[in-house]
Amino acid sequence: MEDERIVIQAIPSRRAAEVCTLVPEDESDNPDVRPLRLKVIKPPSGWQLIDVGELWRHRELLFFFAWRDVKVRYRQTLLGAGWAVVQPLLMMVVFTIFLGRVAGAGSTDLPYPLFVYTGLLPWMFFSSAIASAGNSVVSSESIITKIYFPRLLVPFAAVAATVVDCCCALGMLLLMLLYYRVWPGATLLLVPVLIALTGLLALGIGTLLAAMNVAYRDVKYVIPFMIQLWMFATPAIYMQVSSAAGLDQLRPESAAVAGLETAAADTDVARPAGHDRYASVSMPLFRLNPMNGFVAFFRAAVLGTPLPWAQLAAGTAITAVALGVGVFYFRRVENTFADVI
Amino acid sequence: MPPAIRVEHVSKKFRIGCNGNGGRYRMLREVVSDALSAPWRRSLKSSTDPDADDFWALKSMNFEVQPGEAIGFLGRNGAGKSTLLKILSQITPPTTGRIELRGSVGSLLEVGTGFHLELTGRDNVFMNGSILGMSRREIQRKFDEIVDFSGVEQFLDTPVKRYSSGMRVRLAFAVAAHLEPDILMVDEVLAVGDAEFQKKCLTKMQEVGRAGRTVFFVSHHLGSLRSLCTRGIVLESGRITADDDIGRAIAHYLQGIEEMSACAVADRTDRSGAGEVRLTDVEVSDGEGGPRGTLRTGQAARFTLDVSKIASGLECVFFIYDEHGQMVTVFDSQVFAVHDERKHSDVPRMVCELDEVLLAAGRYRIDVVIISNARQQDWLVGATWFRVLPGDIRGRPAKQTRPNSNLSFPHRWQVPIKVGG
Repeated sequence: MEDERIVIQAIPSRRAAEVCTLVPEDESDNPDVRPLRLKVIKPPSGWQLIDVGELWRHRELLFFFAWRDVKVRYRQTLLGAGWAVVQPLLMMVVFTIFLGRVAGAGSTDLPYPLFVYTGLLPWMFFSSAIASAGNSVVSSESIITKIYFPRLLVPFAAVAATVVDCCCALGMLLLMLLYYRVWPGATLLLVPVLIALTGLLALGIGTLLAAMNVAYRDVKYVIPFMIQLWMFATPAIYMQVSSAAGLDQLRPESAAVAGLETAAADTDVARPAGHDRYASVSMPLFRLNPMNGFVAFFRAAVLGTPLPWAQLAAGTAITAVALGVGVFYFRRVENTFADVI
Repeated sequence: MPPAIRVEHVSKKFRIGCNGNGGRYRMLREVVSDALSAPWRRSLKSSTDPDADDFWALKSMNFEVQPGEAIGFLGRNGAGKSTLLKILSQITPPTTGRIELRGSVGSLLEVGTGFHLELTGRDNVFMNGSILGMSRREIQRKFDEIVDFSGVEQFLDTPVKRYSSGMRVRLAFAVAAHLEPDILMVDEVLAVGDAEFQKKCLTKMQEVGRAGRTVFFVSHHLGSLRSLCTRGIVLESGRITADDDIGRAIAHYLQGIEEMSACAVADRTDRSGAGEVRLTDVEVSDGEGGPRGTLRTGQAARFTLDVSKIASGLECVFFIYDEHGQMVTVFDSQVFAVHDERKHSDVPRMVCELDEVLLAAGRYRIDVVIISNARQQDWLVGATWFRVLPGDIRGRPAKQTRPNSNLSFPHRWQVPIKVGG
């Protein structure tokens, strides 16, 4: 009996009319009453659009998540935020000592430490951003199963938090430019744009990994491996040799290959067989790597060498695709997070 | 005025053993192999029931809540209370149906969501407040009040990891108590902290209710539901079985528990726990051949609890409740005494004996928890009911002279009499 009564009460005939109203009908009668937001919860249906309005309403939470990450990251360390500077600096020192000569830094007039640092800075920003974004959702399990908020905030905040580190490293870069008396001029203004583009790329890949990580924990183990491989495919610590003709003859010259070649020249042994073939096979793949363009452009902008605009454009296009794929995949599966995580 | 909440035909399906709740993680390898074997499996599976693994936690649920109502959700373990709350607070989506919520929603499924141990108390107030949906300005405005309520002002700049668990809970609850959403959903969070703090929270919650907010409570604690709510909804295996004022809803809930205990213990399905060991039978008797399920005040009693097997570290806790759902006392085998007997046996049976029943005459139920390997294996609400007949405790009639005064103790009086009176 009781069941029946409830059912009758709960099936209104004017349902359709109310779906679209965002304010209650009595708003006009009661001007004092603050309009109440109507929220409709329905079963998820396929691909979701990004609710920008909702993200905007939660911008403070995004800030708090990022702020927490930053605050917690270097807690109970002696150096504190100094680590943000020390990490790329140490890497630079290591690469300068071990690879400075082998890699034939003579190919450029620039000091090798500066050359390496300008490559490592965007690369380390990118790699730490995808690593922390990729694991962000899984490590927020306790929050995700207990309260609602737009889930996209989690990987977004993870990337935002690494931007802070990146800014510290940029400060160090300025000091190095002063020390080496390299002053590129106005192109330095492009640096924030590059950081933003790298951040967006990390956001796209990070959200994709974060969403996949929830259902498949394999991702957690894939991420470090992927980052390592990706680094070899990115001219962060080695020179991207381009001939006078420019980009068409772009060749990957990994530090190892360059070193091998130097050695080969010394001992009069022929070039490693298949080297050219390797180069031609990997070339398209190499071009698909958006970090390739970003690192090259960043370095050029900071060091005042000619800017590889075409590479930047290609990288930007790929970033847009990655961001779209990542965010839409995330939106599609985010409904299941609380049940699956 | 339109309802604050309208729930229409809401159902929720979980897939058991697969990706649903309680399942393990899927590995990429399995997905790949599943995909490869799909064509074969499909032909195999068509003969079996495809829904065999599905479990409907909620079944076509309908109700409406008017603004300002305080609603208590009651139900036994696994009735779907928590699932409903998770759907209403948008943590997990419904499988079918539709829900309309008017106004801002705040949900407290846990105290201290988002607390980070490395952050200081001050930082955590902001972090937690923001996660619960407060704006930064709102938190700043209420900050002093929150700190005041929590009583941890001296330790505000200490990392929360150095707090005692009580302090953590108090700070967390203080933040939650200052949430001012139009609709508030609360799950069992009152069962934390010391008694005094609980009382403080309860008062605060009552204020929230009076301020015209719509409040949802899920709790096993009937006393607090009775004092906080105006209306009660009883859930039973995913369906609403009663929707009434809170007193009648509680009565219905208790009656449901009583009806369930008419069913043989071994056949009951409304259990929770790991399940390696199950309670199979309970018998309450006076231990002297009297009728089953009947005791007498002041006389001996014997509780016999049969379980499915003898597992390592087998222990038992049972609770006695009165007719109104008020807990009277607890018997816990984990608290040792010299007279306890623990010896090797083949019979999976635990016995608890007492010399003197101190309960006043009336009807009581017992809830049984079985523990082994330090895990809760089984929890059965209303495992059985028994009746206590009026009797004497050491020669003094034990009477229930006030409502809820269920216990009597053997005692002596010294009362002066007026000289020459």
